Amino acid sequence: MDFGFILGQTLSSLLMPETIAYAIAALGLAVHFGYGGLLNFGQAGFMAIGGYGYAISILSFGFPWWAGILVGMVASVIFALIMGLPALRLRADYLAIATIAVAEVVRLLFQSTIFDNYTNSADGLGNYHTSFREANPFPPGRYGFGPWQWSQDELWNRVFGLVVLALCVLLVWALMRSPWGRVVRGIREDEDAVRSLGKNVFAYKLQVLIVGGMLGTLGGVVMVLGSAVVPGNYLPSLTFYLWTILLLGGAATIFGPLAGSLIFWGLMSFLSVFLPALSTVGVLPFSPAQSGVLRYVFVGLALMLIVIYRPQGIFGSKKELTFNAR
Amino acid sequence: MHNHGKPLTRSPKLIRTLLTALIAGFALATFAASPAVADEVGTDEYNFIFSGNVTYQGNPLEDVLIIVEGGGYSAEVETGADGRWRVGVPTKDVYDITLVESTLPEGVIVSDEGSDRITLTDRGATIEAEFGLTGNKTVNFFLGQGERVTVPFIDQFIERLVNGLNFGLMLALASIGLSLIYGTTGISNFAHAEMVTFGAVITLTFGVHLAFPMWIAIPLAVVLSGLFGWFQDVGLWKPLRRRGLSIVQMMIVSIGLSLMLRYVYQFFYGGSTHQLPNPGSARIDGLGPIVISPTSLISMGVAIVVIVLVAYWLTYTRTGKATRAISDNASLAAATGIDVDRVVRIIWVLGSSLAGLSGILWAYFRPGIKWDMGWQILLLIFAAVVLGGLGTAYGALVGSIIVGLLVEISTLWIPSDIKYVSALTILIVVLLFRPQGILGRRERIG
Repeated sequence: MDFGFILGQTLSSLLMPETIAYAIAALGLAVHFGYGGLLNFGQAGFMAIGGYGYAISILSFGFPWWAGILVGMVASVIFALIMGLPALRLRADYLAIATIAVAEVVRLLFQSTIFDNYTNSADGLGNYHTSFREANPFPPGRYGFGPWQWSQDELWNRVFGLVVLALCVLLVWALMRSPWGRVVRGIREDEDAVRSLGKNVFAYKLQVLIVGGMLGTLGGVVMVLGSAVVPGNYLPSLTFYLWTILLLGGAATIFGPLAGSLIFWGLMSFLSVFLPALSTVGVLPFSPAQSGVLRYVFVGLALMLIVIYRPQGIFGSKKELTFNAR
Repeated sequence: MHNHGKPLTRSPKLIRTLLTALIAGFALATFAASPAVADEVGTDEYNFIFSGNVTYQGNPLEDVLIIVEGGGYSAEVETGADGRWRVGVPTKDVYDITLVESTLPEGVIVSDEGSDRITLTDRGATIEAEFGLTGNKTVNFFLGQGERVTVPFIDQFIERLVNGLNFGLMLALASIGLSLIYGTTGISNFAHAEMVTFGAVITLTFGVHLAFPMWIAIPLAVVLSGLFGWFQDVGLWKPLRRRGLSIVQMMIVSIGLSLMLRYVYQFFYGGSTHQLPNPGSARIDGLGPIVISPTSLISMGVAIVVIVLVAYWLTYTRTGKATRAISDNASLAAATGIDVDRVVRIIWVLGSSLAGLSGILWAYFRPGIKWDMGWQILLLIFAAVVLGGLGTAYGALVGSIIVGLLVEISTLWIPSDIKYVSALTILIVVLLFRPQGILGRRERIG
């Protein structure tokens, strides 16, 4: 077994665009659920809006890359309004089902052949990278060391993603210590109490949905900057992975989603090479393909165990536990 | 469906067959070397490639739409100026390849003479194709002169209606269980989808892998599904109730369980689709416009009988009444001396047996057994349950029939790849205007 290779894969996954993108989207979920108490299970829909908004505005309308991101953001606000106006009046578990359904409608529409000219249906979209790469400040060459070696384009994707992540962390930190953040947390703890203070609870919830959704959209953009937009990526499983990441790190924390994403992707990449390697040398009595599936079994198991035994996550505090709110 | 106009004679067809095969083979051999001429989709990403050549009387036809669907994947391609097309697919699965007839020139149709592999729908002609030993497969359609006589709208409508009723009854089995479990325990159980799959994969194991006769395998799968439900309650949900987990926590636990079970199924059964013996594509004659196969008829019959039995049980037996009492008000029911834990356990067994049975019927309806087959309809089940009113068993029945009919009948107007969108939209609209559903009571939504 090549431990150097396995270690290298694991370490290199920590700075993948996916890791950064999941951290941003899970931070959005932290705003929704950790701070706002909203059970949004449609974050995959927001990510799809980001990816498709970016790709379609570049490919079909010839926008520059930054305008593509802006289009995605505007689309996500509209999407949050469409989702939120009916759904936010619902009780927690109804809200979860409704948001999953809305996100699935979005995915099915992107995947459908009706809008083939724009979405390329099930095949998805690619080759929209020129504009973003032209903005690359790094001259051509190889960068980095050890497991982290990238071309100038790969480096630019990651640096841009990290900058977006840092800005999002800053934004959420600033928002949550502002008066607005205190009201939002108040709604999480006791909606009626906040209402009795004369606050418009519904408007605050809608704002929470929009802010967290925009982070999801930004995550969606960062995820596809260097790759492709494929509808099969936006299944409800994506949302569940984000929830696993969020609950792993701690729902009502700033750095929980980031830590959760690092742990999630580190472990997933480690297992994706370690388990097949184990079965190749005969330690595990099944095929490498089967052992590749096994890691998803662990994700499900991990999600169950976290929620049962440590619902506040690794970094969260029991005082800010959202589950018992309603 | 009739093929008017000049029928194709045998010998030219044979020659054409040989010629097309030759051309296709030649094309495959030269593709590697020369830059692609034909329209290609997904040939760079995937290793398995379908290809073909659309010609009519020796002339290539351009811009003919070909749709490749299967294994959860679908792609579209239009033929190039040389009449050729190539599509890459992710897995070595069985695919439906459809030539959309409306994109053919006027007066040209796909000939289905002498080939039972071709099925004709209003979209076009479909060939079911799978790969042999290699990763390349040539699929060709033979074109002839003629006009397609379309099925009258009312006949199409009746066919969809029967299909929708069948689908709805199957959904009802699953959603009654989900609704009863929600009513008695408050869990929105996402892992219900995997109990649906469980019934199907157990039938596959016993009926196909262990070669039991189906009349033993199917009841056995239902019984084992019930046992699985009992095991879930004893091993997981009752301890969690004791721990005092909130409803939201239990819902997320069920999502984790669902994710885990789905990949356990994929671990054991792989990512491909398996078939049960005798999927039954024959149709019963003499019913006029009603197109139905014996399998569908039996499936509907079984569903109706089981639903009537469950309804009788809920309405007239002691435990059934206790169930409804708990759904109404659990603490009040406990105060009147009902053993809530016992009833909840019975509901888990009943609910998962019904889900398992529904999975078996779903395996025949799709047709095929796949690791995520239950997950594919979970949101429809939720839609049905919410539509009828969460926690009410009769509501789940009504909701399921509506969702089933809606999904099938809507395909008369909307493309079939978004047929679930209509049901999900209904779910959202119902949540907006009447979140308690058709038969639910206002106070339930708290």
